[in-house]
Amino acid sequence: MLGTAVIVFREVLEAALIVSILMAATAGVRSRNVWVGTGVLLGLGAAFGVALFAGEIAGAFQGVGQELFNATVLLTAVTMLAWHNIWMSQHSKKIVAHLKEVGAQISGGSLPLGYLTITAGLAVMREGSEVVLFMYGVAAGDSSPVEMLSGGLLGAAGGVAVGSLLYLGLVRIPVKWLFRVTGWIILLLAAGLAASAAGYLSQAGLLPSQAPLWNTGDILSEKSVIGQLLHILIGYQARPTAIQVAFYLATMALIGAGMKWIGREPGRRLQQVS
Amino acid sequence: MGKMFAAVTLGIAIPFLAMASTYEVNIKDHRFDPTTLTIPAGERVKLMVNNLDPTVEEFEGENFDVEKIIPGKSKAAVFVGPLEPGEYEFIGEFHRDTAKGKLIVE
Repeated sequence: MLGTAVIVFREVLEAALIVSILMAATAGVRSRNVWVGTGVLLGLGAAFGVALFAGEIAGAFQGVGQELFNATVLLTAVTMLAWHNIWMSQHSKKIVAHLKEVGAQISGGSLPLGYLTITAGLAVMREGSEVVLFMYGVAAGDSSPVEMLSGGLLGAAGGVAVGSLLYLGLVRIPVKWLFRVTGWIILLLAAGLAASAAGYLSQAGLLPSQAPLWNTGDILSEKSVIGQLLHILIGYQARPTAIQVAFYLATMALIGAGMKWIGREPGRRLQQVS
Repeated sequence: MGKMFAAVTLGIAIPFLAMASTYEVNIKDHRFDPTTLTIPAGERVKLMVNNLDPTVEEFEGENFDVEKIIPGKSKAAVFVGPLEPGEYEFIGEFHRDTAKGKLIVE
């Protein structure tokens, strides 16, 4: 039961942290709950779909379908997070001004918040599909369904609890700093996801495979809870290759440049505000 | 679009993949067979993992970076390396109590 709980916890944690960060990063936008909630629900549905077709996905593209699928999902999430940061660099001042009026909320009518649905959905789908596969495997094994289910629920609850703690911690940050902090977190999160995507592309043979640049696995394992947290929040990897480091830095530089460039030009409209 | 992507993908992928020497490992009753594989250092090798169980498994490196879902009753290629000489452990993440194996790199 505990083994089941630990595995489910690890998978759920990653999705829960990403959802928490998205929620904190859009604090004060009234409709965000709907956008993120929809993403979570769609992600859960998609997780079952991905689990169901795991065999077909794995067999596609001469056996590297799974790696390409993972890399595509990750790079899509990176794009969405980049969009969020660049968009917020222009709009956060307005939102902060609003939020300073006690209890004010921005109506999300004219905000392009679809990216929240996509990002939350992708995170839940990716991690959820592994949970579904794993639970199916456990169910087909010889363990009792009660133990399996309670282990799974315990793990899921733990993951959601840690995610909630992160959210509650983030929203305690004073409003004038909040979006700066979440902006940095999302920048590093996106860079880390891009580095992971590069790993899958190497695994698929699309990028050369390299020996790792360094190995800090003995000091801080990616599989420990702290390592896992840092892996998600800042993209920590115990054994990155040069290509992965390059992806990490390039993602940071590109999003950072986009934020500076768009944020500096208040006249520019990313999209028509109706 | 899909076809073109596949063609481009394979066109790029094949040069990297074709050169790897292949090693076979089976999964049966949530155990690896053989449990120890000896592979050359500094080279990318292909592990053909054949999951004979009806249940899905995730092949995962403990101290090297590889993760791959292998559905029940199916084979998957896992590319490993280049690795420094030494011992590396791999597990079946979904049955980590029994599914344990070792790569000896020399």
